[in-house]
Amino acid sequence: MSNDRVAEESDMLEVRRGGLFRSKLTLFLTALIPIVVLAGMVYWFATKGASLIETPAVPVEKLDFERIILHPAEIIAYVRNTGPTDITIGQVTVNEALWEASVYPSNAIPRLGSATITIPFHWVEGEPYEITAITSTGIKFTGSVEIAKETPKPGWRYFGIFAMLGIYVGVIPVYLGFLWFPFLRRVSKKWMNFFLSLTAGLLIFLGADALHEAFEVAERTPSVFQGVALITIGTLLSFLVLVIVGRRTMGSQASQKGDFYVRLTLTYMIALGIGLHNLGEGLAIGSAYVLGEVALGAFLVIGFAIHNITEGFGIVAPVASGDKPRNIHFLILGLVAGAPAILGTWIGGFIYSDIWATLFFAIGAGAIFQVVYEIIKLMSRESEAGIGNLTNFTGLVLGLLIMYVTGLFVVI
Amino acid sequence: MKNQLSRRNFLHVGMGVVGGSALLTGQSLAEKNKKGVILNPGMGHQKDSTCPCHLQNVGKGSTAYKDGEMNPMAFLTTFDYGKVKTLPSGDVEREYTIIAQDKEIEIAPGVQYPAWTYNGYVPGPTLRCMEGDRLKINFINTSHMPHTIHFHGIHPAGMDGVFEQVKTGGKFTYEFTADPFGLFLYHCHTMPLKKHIEKGLYGTFIVDPKTPRPKAKELVMVLNGFDTDFDGENEFYTVNGYSNYFTDNPINIKVGELVRIYLVNMTEFDLLNSFHLHGNMFHLYRTGTNLREHEITDTVMLCQGERCIIEFSYKYPGMYMFHAHQSEFAELGWMGFFNVLPEVA
Repeated sequence: MSNDRVAEESDMLEVRRGGLFRSKLTLFLTALIPIVVLAGMVYWFATKGASLIETPAVPVEKLDFERIILHPAEIIAYVRNTGPTDITIGQVTVNEALWEASVYPSNAIPRLGSATITIPFHWVEGEPYEITAITSTGIKFTGSVEIAKETPKPGWRYFGIFAMLGIYVGVIPVYLGFLWFPFLRRVSKKWMNFFLSLTAGLLIFLGADALHEAFEVAERTPSVFQGVALITIGTLLSFLVLVIVGRRTMGSQASQKGDFYVRLTLTYMIALGIGLHNLGEGLAIGSAYVLGEVALGAFLVIGFAIHNITEGFGIVAPVASGDKPRNIHFLILGLVAGAPAILGTWIGGFIYSDIWATLFFAIGAGAIFQVVYEIIKLMSRESEAGIGNLTNFTGLVLGLLIMYVTGLFVVI
Repeated sequence: MKNQLSRRNFLHVGMGVVGGSALLTGQSLAEKNKKGVILNPGMGHQKDSTCPCHLQNVGKGSTAYKDGEMNPMAFLTTFDYGKVKTLPSGDVEREYTIIAQDKEIEIAPGVQYPAWTYNGYVPGPTLRCMEGDRLKINFINTSHMPHTIHFHGIHPAGMDGVFEQVKTGGKFTYEFTADPFGLFLYHCHTMPLKKHIEKGLYGTFIVDPKTPRPKAKELVMVLNGFDTDFDGENEFYTVNGYSNYFTDNPINIKVGELVRIYLVNMTEFDLLNSFHLHGNMFHLYRTGTNLREHEITDTVMLCQGERCIIEFSYKYPGMYMFHAHQSEFAELGWMGFFNVLPEVA
């Protein structure tokens, strides 16, 4: 017992005598040791240890076709080396015929490097094409064009077409949904909660849909970019960032700022979440248009209008009870939720990349789930049961069903 | 290898910009881009031009091919007659040496193939003798796999190269009498057969008749393919082992000159290959076992392992194409040109 005390005291003394610095140094060193050892191992393997591990006779090469665009009498393929080794493209074929090709900047592509293959070719509209790069080791990598169609060059005409598409599928339906606002203001509190649950149902469906899209696109991205990790990061980050934003704006100060303020903020957050989702939808539409994979008829526009009108409903539901927001808010809310669809079609049409699409969809999903969380919080503040009572449960299920059924009209 | 590759590519760019434009009208991709690396300048690229622009770089020279001891052009006219000795009986004995070896070879510009070869190249050496000659073929296997040599023709069962597997480092001497005359081939007969043939273990075996054929410019053409990614389909088709070699390097012949081609089909995977001659007709001798012609035609179809002798001469000078009439093969490297020069008196 006394020994312990002595030791304790000497420790205290040491701390007083500049031991504080020493213990900090020790702490720093212990953190550093693994890194130093790792660096040593990396150095050793990089310099002489490589012979320890036998490399396969045929190197595992990988080349991804990121995008193929078609201009009159010209095929341009963007490729990326996503394998573990540098590769060299030796030959290029179009539909199994050796062809002239220019590879820029070089046919020797370093790991994760990219190149542009330009091929003079009189392609025929509506026919499928396979562009194959044969590497110096004789391995083939092929990118396909399902249906040949001239790729829109960024220009005012396509800018306009895509903007119109975005307005039709994103902006107009959201504003149409706002027209339910007068109706929502007249319903009783019980029914209001029903419609809020319905909104939660709509949003859960949208979130799941965004996640599904994200996984679907992630499957196409080169494995080196770790699509699933991108989704996890994107979804979690957007969810958590919005939780913090929510706390800052609605949480602690809610009592001071009042119920109206909380509801309006929630409305804006729903609009933002839906906006991110619509950005993803725009991406899908734009890129599908470019790939010639979309039958851009009235049917698609009608489908999206029916599907997305529910989004407008969901946005205005939280502000339906209490004070009525000024009209300018509706204008802005509609733009926040709908306009990203226009941006999405532009991005999808002109500079589409699977990696960005994955991330956009994931961010959209995270944002939507956060909004669902806020709505449920709002509802449990208003009624003890939250979504636990039968009316609210029915609302939520109905929301899911509405989305499912209207989703049948949207086929890209 | 990397250095050679980039040097060659540099040459390609140069040819595309300078050679291509000098040779032809029309703008090539190389001229248009003036950047990046140009693969196959002019290939497949139809131009508004009067020359045979299907391949506008015809005759651009052998810049693409890294010559080893053998190249497809030299292969055309290289015959191995063996070490000749007259036996006490008066018969002629010919002794050949064939060494099986693994070797990485270039089979198209910028594309390497890990081949199994006879004497270091694909196809293997063209062995030539006369009917009745006593043949001794010393086979040495330095490859990491067991191999054999199976000759077509008449010989005893023990000389057939089927049962006597020659292991790594092993030797075997095939001894038989050349019988009958005709155009034959030899190939490895180790199982799996398909693999041992596709990897390049084959060659031409010519037995001349005692009554000689008319004097002619004689060429050997072995039709084959290479499955570079081992998926059971050929990525490249060639004559004598290098894709599009004779489009880049046309074969010079003269107007009126009799040309005889020993045509051997060693294509694996595809059931058939063919030979089609432009601007002319040829006399066809199936398997070369008969001196009477079979027919006069411009296209002949050959099954796997089938061969024939064809003879023709050109009436008019100019550039004439020859290729497989399977368009797919033609566009994957099985094309070439005869450059028919005017006869100089």
